[in-house]
Amino acid sequence: MDPIAFKYLGAGLACIGMGLAAMGVGNIFGNFLSGALRNPSAADSQFARAFIGAALAEGLGIFCLVVALVLLFT
Amino acid sequence: MASPIEQFQIKPLIPVINFTNSSLFMIGTTVVIVGGLLLATRKRAVVPGRGQSLAEVLHDFVAGTLTDATGQEGMKFFPLVFSLFMFVLTANLLGMIPGFFTVTSHVIVTFALAMLVIGTVVVYGLVKHGLHFFGLFVPSGVPVWLLPFIVVIELISFLSRPISLSLRLFANMLAGHIALKVFAGFVVALLGAGGALSFLAPLPLLMAVALMALEFLVAALQAYVFTVLTCIYLNDALHPGH
Repeated sequence: MDPIAFKYLGAGLACIGMGLAAMGVGNIFGNFLSGALRNPSAADSQFARAFIGAALAEGLGIFCLVVALVLLFT
Repeated sequence: MASPIEQFQIKPLIPVINFTNSSLFMIGTTVVIVGGLLLATRKRAVVPGRGQSLAEVLHDFVAGTLTDATGQEGMKFFPLVFSLFMFVLTANLLGMIPGFFTVTSHVIVTFALAMLVIGTVVVYGLVKHGLHFFGLFVPSGVPVWLLPFIVVIELISFLSRPISLSLRLFANMLAGHIALKVFAGFVVALLGAGGALSFLAPLPLLMAVALMALEFLVAALQAYVFTVLTCIYLNDALHPGH
């Protein structure tokens, strides 16, 4: 097979990781929302923490995106 | 049609002194921040007007984030954190104007900002606490036989901080602008196809408008995340023991 084809296959495979990171971010906000609906008065103080967790989870998915972009455009 | 990553190309404007469009927009960002804040706080009214309240809200927001993470003694880092927040926020938002260059979509710029933060943490931590700073890598309450592994893991996690801090901001801006450009390209391609296909052209346009709104959220959110993580890392320099 053509080496270029493997490059594109690799970029596609790297995108699976982004989907998994999306599950992680959804998990964080889903749990935050279910906790916030049970105790709305405590929700505001934990809002920043939810975003930090989402940013950390998202960062790992972003690494997959960088791998995909490096494969595509170099 | 232009490639989606063509918008990130660096063009020399004054080749003699390596003045590029990136430098131009970095200077523009600084001018917008300094000029805007000077203009907003010019009157120093007791009852603030619109501009002054905006400046006060920004100040209180960053000060609140910093003291939440590091306590009162963290306020000595306030100039650094406020400058970083304002620079990243303004650069992200200026980049959202069509045709403008996004400074933070280049990894070298965000990596320089991240290294500034980590460099401050390491230098301040070593000067203030000396060798106690390395207590950062030894969490308390861990069994002795587990310590060699934990220390290695903590060390790797500390060393990957500048990489993750810079890549997160860079890749978020890059991915958002590429997605916008790709959907804008669909509009042109569908219109160019002619016939019944050109009636489908408003659909990707709607998507591009929705993405634009999302990108404004991301631009502000990533500036906030960068600031919060900076505060958390500075907290390690101020209080290295776990």
